[in-house]
Amino acid sequence: MRTGLIARKLGMTRLFKEDGTHVPVTVLHLDAVQVVDARTRERDGYTAVQLGATLAKVKTVTKPQRGHFARVKVEPRRRLAEFRVAADAVLEPGAIITAAHFVPGQKVDVTGTSKGKGFAGGMKRWNFAGLEASHGVSISHRSLGSTGNRQDPGKTFKNKKMAGHMGQDRITTLNLEVARVDVEQGLIMIHGAVPGAKGDFVLVRDAIKRARHPDAPYPAALAG
Amino acid sequence: MNVIQKYEAAEIARLSAVRAVPEFAAGDTVRVSVKVVEGERSRVQAYEGVCIARSNRGLNSNFTVRKISYGEGVERVFPLYSPSIAAIEVVRRGDVRRAKLYYLRGRRGKSARIAEKARETPAAAE
Repeated sequence: MRTGLIARKLGMTRLFKEDGTHVPVTVLHLDAVQVVDARTRERDGYTAVQLGATLAKVKTVTKPQRGHFARVKVEPRRRLAEFRVAADAVLEPGAIITAAHFVPGQKVDVTGTSKGKGFAGGMKRWNFAGLEASHGVSISHRSLGSTGNRQDPGKTFKNKKMAGHMGQDRITTLNLEVARVDVEQGLIMIHGAVPGAKGDFVLVRDAIKRARHPDAPYPAALAG
Repeated sequence: MNVIQKYEAAEIARLSAVRAVPEFAAGDTVRVSVKVVEGERSRVQAYEGVCIARSNRGLNSNFTVRKISYGEGVERVFPLYSPSIAAIEVVRRGDVRRAKLYYLRGRRGKSARIAEKARETPAAAE
């Protein structure tokens, strides 16, 4: 199992292919992605790499965090994330990972925080149909409708789909295709949409439900 | 310019170097050569009609061409920079006062005609 990457979502555009088709793509940017730390079986009981992305101002980093970065001699990063890897895919702290880590055509899973929708009603949150526009419906056109039965059971069951807070959840979209990779600029273009707002950090990893792509570099595509 | 704007500008430059985009506006009659793939071989098919709308959104720009085909109105929306368009040719310049000619949809025959522009502007001529 290889490491994933931390990327920033820049937005969406389109890609014209030579055969005349075009694909909507989300542009992800690898902003100074560097290995910060490694977890080993002897010390931590599992193997993983900790990556950092986007340089942070030193004054905004907490003292314990500064100590952590100083120990491994890596410049402080805004976003840290850990990826579980196989024992032979553990990377040295300080290694910089490039966009060549992913190859066009391979499938990836992208994890992000979805856009917050605030307090949303049943129609938006659960795709309820609402009530009719006419036929005597009064004021409650977008209401839930019934929430249960009668005296028996005499209660609304737990987990009943109702209005409430929607969005700003951790969402993983599986099996998205990598449409293009630009190593120089550190861009990964993913076919289709990716959870999160523009500027958000997202985590990209090899699709867990597919075999690893034969051309994908193992254990990682390192700079230099 | 941010990264996406730079990418889109570079793509526009690349795609318009392969196939130039002429200057045209709503009201002009255009002939669009569309690449059609039939199984193994591909050929070019011409689609001629009045451009009734243009949407200018950088790389995502498109234009709508309307024609009457066997008595039935047909509209096609083409992406302006699509590689599947072999050529865009301006056949006739129309004199219209609107950017979107959706009123043509309700008209037929004589009333759906567009007057030709009396004199071409220098920018359009070259």
